[in-house]
Amino acid sequence: MNNSPLLQIDRISIGFRASTGQILPVLRDVSLQLSRGQSLGIVGESGSGKSTVVLAAMGFLKHGLQLISGSVSFDGNNMFELSGKELEKLRGGKIALIPQNSGQSLTPSLKIGTQLTEVLKLHTGLSNDQYMDRIIELLGLVRLPDPEAIAKRYPHELSGGQQQRAAIAMALAGDADVLLLDEPTTGLDVTTQAHILELLRDLSIERNMAMAYVSHDLGAIARVCDNVMVMYAGEAILEGSTRQVLTSPFHPYARGLLASIPKLNDPRLPVALDGRPPAPGLAGEGCAFVSRCAIASDRCHREHPEMQATPGGTLRCHHYKDSERISITGTGAQPARAQATDQMSLVLDSLSISYHIPSFFDSLFGAKQEIPNTVDDISVKVTKGETLGLVGESGSGKSTILKTVAGLLPLRSGSVKTGDGKELPPRVEHRESRQLQSIQLIFQNPDESLNPRHTVAQILGQPLGLYFGLRGKEGEARSIEILRRVRLGGHYMDRLPSQLSGGEKQRVAIARAFAANPELVLCDEITSALDVSVQAAVIDLLNELKKEHGTNFIFVSHDLAVVRALSDRVAVLYQGRLCEIGPSDQVYALPSHPYTEVLLGAVLEPDPDVAPKLLAEDVVELSPPARGCPFQRRCPRRLGSVCDNQEPPWQQSEDRHFIRCHIPIEELHGAQVEDAA
Amino acid sequence: MADQAVNPARTASSMRWLIVLKDIWARPSGAIGLSIVTFHILLAVLSPLITPYDYREIDAFNILSGPSAAHWFGTDDLGRDIFSRMMLGGREALIVTGIATPIAVLWGGFVGILFGLIGGRIDEFLMRIVDAFLSLPWILKMLVLIVTFGSGNAVLIPTLAFFYGIPVIRIARAATHDVVARDFVSAAKARGHPRFSIISRELLPNVMDTLMVEGAMRWSWMLLAFSSLSFLGFGVSPPTPDWGLMIKETRAYLTFAPWGALGPVILLSSLIIGINLTADGLAKALGIDRAQKAPV
Repeated sequence: MNNSPLLQIDRISIGFRASTGQILPVLRDVSLQLSRGQSLGIVGESGSGKSTVVLAAMGFLKHGLQLISGSVSFDGNNMFELSGKELEKLRGGKIALIPQNSGQSLTPSLKIGTQLTEVLKLHTGLSNDQYMDRIIELLGLVRLPDPEAIAKRYPHELSGGQQQRAAIAMALAGDADVLLLDEPTTGLDVTTQAHILELLRDLSIERNMAMAYVSHDLGAIARVCDNVMVMYAGEAILEGSTRQVLTSPFHPYARGLLASIPKLNDPRLPVALDGRPPAPGLAGEGCAFVSRCAIASDRCHREHPEMQATPGGTLRCHHYKDSERISITGTGAQPARAQATDQMSLVLDSLSISYHIPSFFDSLFGAKQEIPNTVDDISVKVTKGETLGLVGESGSGKSTILKTVAGLLPLRSGSVKTGDGKELPPRVEHRESRQLQSIQLIFQNPDESLNPRHTVAQILGQPLGLYFGLRGKEGEARSIEILRRVRLGGHYMDRLPSQLSGGEKQRVAIARAFAANPELVLCDEITSALDVSVQAAVIDLLNELKKEHGTNFIFVSHDLAVVRALSDRVAVLYQGRLCEIGPSDQVYALPSHPYTEVLLGAVLEPDPDVAPKLLAEDVVELSPPARGCPFQRRCPRRLGSVCDNQEPPWQQSEDRHFIRCHIPIEELHGAQVEDAA
Repeated sequence: MADQAVNPARTASSMRWLIVLKDIWARPSGAIGLSIVTFHILLAVLSPLITPYDYREIDAFNILSGPSAAHWFGTDDLGRDIFSRMMLGGREALIVTGIATPIAVLWGGFVGILFGLIGGRIDEFLMRIVDAFLSLPWILKMLVLIVTFGSGNAVLIPTLAFFYGIPVIRIARAATHDVVARDFVSAAKARGHPRFSIISRELLPNVMDTLMVEGAMRWSWMLLAFSSLSFLGFGVSPPTPDWGLMIKETRAYLTFAPWGALGPVILLSSLIIGINLTADGLAKALGIDRAQKAPV
């Protein structure tokens, strides 16, 4: 087989026409080559142009974009000069794209089998009676259980992970030579993500495909890619082997990026990379990274660095020899830890929540169905000044618990009590002003949680006016003070959310919560919509606020490393039931519950030498089992029928560390140590 | 004080509308629409001062004459100058619909938001009544009322406002459902703001834009309805000039004197096209219409 590259992007520049008539570039002079059997990771923050590159590889430009210069050649074809018909033949056939959200890219009204048949018809020479065999073969290839049944299902009948597998099967159906992946595992649970990545890795080796893998997640890149290209403000700034780029990159941006990732085995806080990349057309004459670079000199402002080969990969930097001054392991601050105290701040007393509403006929005939609660029997005490982390996969009920504490969802039984032992009325309408003010909620996505029609001043004015009667000049002065506390200046007062970056919006949302001077702040996945470098800044901010005010947090996230960085104690939830709760250092150092072990094992580290441990199948359970241990169906350490029939007992491991499992705690620890050895 | 920088978004809501207007003007279709609408409004206001003839002036010796230097659009069956009557023919329609449209949007919007906030089974039930009402042909419903109460503006305005408010209920309710489900409303609820404050501060500003666009669309449809009523003889009564009425009056002579209908038809359709283009521009300027070219 010849070794000439299959896909070759040659100095491509893509831009859009601004309202001023200028053409502003979103991609500048990007080149890449892919040969059979190679896999290239493309990393960068949002807006760096990484998705535009892979779409351009298919000869596709998003609406409004135009090719300024350069060419894309795939298998000898110039992709931007082919006719629509010729492109149709190639796309989805020899060159296939797997998008981020397969749930949305699969046609909802057609069965998986039918959709696969369409691809086979278009791109293969198979005859009608061969389709079904091939479909079953393909679905088996992506390790979907029971391919015959899956082929007959509609996309909505599959879980997120299964949908993603079906999308991969579809990409493989046309015998793709090049697979383009655009954040294929973002939004999936950690265990599912780890499984999908293992699948992709195996497939690329088995089928000798070329892969271009776009992601913001360096952990995912580390698992599947041989080489990495780092993008910044529309330019490739660093290219090298994955090991080189992830362990000792020579480019200051890559180093900063690595330092901003929270690490599972390091309790220190990640280091924020301040500032943001220049907007298209505003990169100036010098290096695009200059405003955020710690080792920039005058030369970097004046002179645009060219790509040059160095011992640390091909990169764009004038001072790469000095880049080691920037630490990648993190010089991060120690997280603020709460003092042990008996003073309570919030007590959840056997809290149960159910989404099930008895139907009209059920209530009419008094028929009692045994439907397990969505969230069941949660008893947690949060002491003063403490941060409690809630972790678990999607559907574990972590956000549901937060919303119930905030009074937005009704509880079925149990109670929520404040520190003084008073029971909080379950519904927000019945709570006193004092109780409302002391508990504040921050949402996942600031685009949704900030009213697009309110300025920052109006947004902050709301809690100030409501709880403290501060309006006009007084309110304004206080708002500016709060803005400063979240590292934003008073000049933000007149801006609308649409005029802020993602990180700034989330700071405003945090400022709004702190304007109420709360005792307890509920954080619902508040960093998951942000870029890593911005996430690090927000984590840092929360840590500072915790130190300054002694505020309590309940911090919900699916990202275990983020939770570790902020939490004093961690509670692990599965299917709305508590599995384990204890001081975070203990829970992370030696996981005790089998589910915690599974979760931690699946976390991807940005290190090509650390493979995730896949201990359980990534089956998605829609409802908890009616009896026994909630984790019975997936548990890698299942004992037998006792797990199915009896609720596991609580066992105490250390001083405030509890797990809920039938297996004696010593045995669990012993087994894990044995496995590790 | 750098902290007190002036921002258009905050100074006054009237400033916001100026910006929106500028945005509409910046789009070719919006600029055309806005020019046409402005032209029509100016024409309606100024026409009594600038018409070459009195609209009642009958010239028995010069009936159904073709276009000439004296009568640009000819004369009608009574020898009246069609050009003068054309210029005046939009006044009545603009006054009636200009009053009825805001009323329709206000009451329809109010009821729709209310339904949206009530939600649940009551909302579902009420909406089925609305659906049933919408399934009847509008002209039938309107004629029943006009025949019962007589024509004239005192009946026409409330009738049009009533019937054209009903579809607004649907739109306002849907917009309310959308906004209520968003996190900033949950956030306000969790803070414990009173219901009224949530509605006025969080909900209304976000529903208002949709209602503005809807109002502009309703206006153009209402104009068509008004002209249709006139054409059927239930709107404006002679000798007041009106486009719908003029089309009706010249219908009998359409084969040999088509200029009588041509002028009013051009003016009426240009006004409706103008309003529609403006509404389109408004929707884009407010960010409601996010439709883009399909990526195929």
